[in-house]
Amino acid sequence: MSPISRGFHRRHEEAEPAGRVPPGQYVTHDFPVLSAGPTPHTPLERWTFSIEGGSSPVSWTWQEFQALPSETVTVDIHCVTRWSKLDTMWKGVSLDVLLDAVSYDDPYVLAFCDGGYTTNLPVADLKGGKAWVAYSYDGKPLPAEHGGPARLLVPHLYFWKSAKWVRGLRLKQVDAPGFWEMYGYHMYGDPWREQRYAGD
Amino acid sequence: MAGTAVRGRLTWQTATVDSVIDETPTVRTLVLGVPDWGGHQAGQHLDIRLTGDDGYQAERSYSIAAAPGEPVAITVERLDDGEVSPYLTEDVQAGDELEVRGPIGGYFVWDPARPDGDVPLLLLAGGSGVVPLRSILRHRSQVGSSVPTRLLYSARNWDEVIYRSEFASPAPGVEVIYTLTRQQPAGWTGYARRVDQAMITEVAWPVAQIPMAQIPMAQMPVAYVCGPTNFVEAVAADLVALGYPPQRVKTERFGATGTP
Repeated sequence: MSPISRGFHRRHEEAEPAGRVPPGQYVTHDFPVLSAGPTPHTPLERWTFSIEGGSSPVSWTWQEFQALPSETVTVDIHCVTRWSKLDTMWKGVSLDVLLDAVSYDDPYVLAFCDGGYTTNLPVADLKGGKAWVAYSYDGKPLPAEHGGPARLLVPHLYFWKSAKWVRGLRLKQVDAPGFWEMYGYHMYGDPWREQRYAGD
Repeated sequence: MAGTAVRGRLTWQTATVDSVIDETPTVRTLVLGVPDWGGHQAGQHLDIRLTGDDGYQAERSYSIAAAPGEPVAITVERLDDGEVSPYLTEDVQAGDELEVRGPIGGYFVWDPARPDGDVPLLLLAGGSGVVPLRSILRHRSQVGSSVPTRLLYSARNWDEVIYRSEFASPAPGVEVIYTLTRQQPAGWTGYARRVDQAMITEVAWPVAQIPMAQIPMAQMPVAYVCGPTNFVEAVAADLVALGYPPQRVKTERFGATGTP
């Protein structure tokens, strides 16, 4: 039972749309930026997206990646620092398309990025129309501070799983923690179960 | 970037506001009595949860302003459109209860026992981004570290500078450099503009004296940058342009809506 914080009350009376804001989150209308280091700037001619491991590793150049079938999706995103942003519009390539290009039996991936960031995800969470590598936000190229040229977009998990500046996935037999997961954040990160930190 | 030791579950616990310190007209430090605090590192943050008498709850993260071993304290800036910060900066009184859990985060920390704990420290603060850097400075004094240290603190005007009296007499080896971006008191001799590449070049010790390329990696300074997004983006990019390896530039953001 939580103690009452004397005199504290809800200040924002606008009702959040029912069922769209996970527990402990609030809706923001701008787009905060969070990252652990400087924003990397990889020239597009040197950019590739790779899937490592499995029996047939694959890599796309920026040009090849742009030629892959793309989707435009409108999704809600939820940051572990408690902001949620509703109806964000992205364009990118479905992970279904990318993972179909390789043959593997690994149940996990570690996403890796420019700047050294990593995050771990189950393959099952990347399949079935739930995840993308996005290169456009709100109809424009994805800005570098938001992860451009391309970032993961896995909106059903806390947004640190949607790795900025993503350059590839390493298929893995064993679930190994990525960057924030090593510092005590949750291995899976389901916002609806408030899996913010290890043990939640 | 090895992680810290795996911790147990972070559970909510009831904390009491032991004292309230007005830092500026819109910023307050709350010293919290947390009965079962497991300790923290300089630079970490914690979560606060408030519960109204109708059961309504709100949670936010705040940087810890205290050094390890000191009573837990947070310094909160009021954001007018916020829900939690107006309560913490205007309504809360000594004796009130709220819930906390933490500490959280293990990257934006300074620990003199780590391999990079004895290299020069460059701290760059925008506005209330100074809070975790103040924890680092207090910890540096506490452990008697002599690492050369510079804090560049950007604020809009002198009245908005937090921890002014504390920073007026810094520990030996610490230099505090201000830039006041909007308004300066009469006779001001410090910087009076937004942080830019020229300013970074002047203060980013010791690159002004020694080209970064000549410093072995293990002796390169480590930079901690905390503030609003545009400040952090610009400063981090300037440091990299100056020769700081990206892995030596640790950033933390206080987005306008990141922690209301």
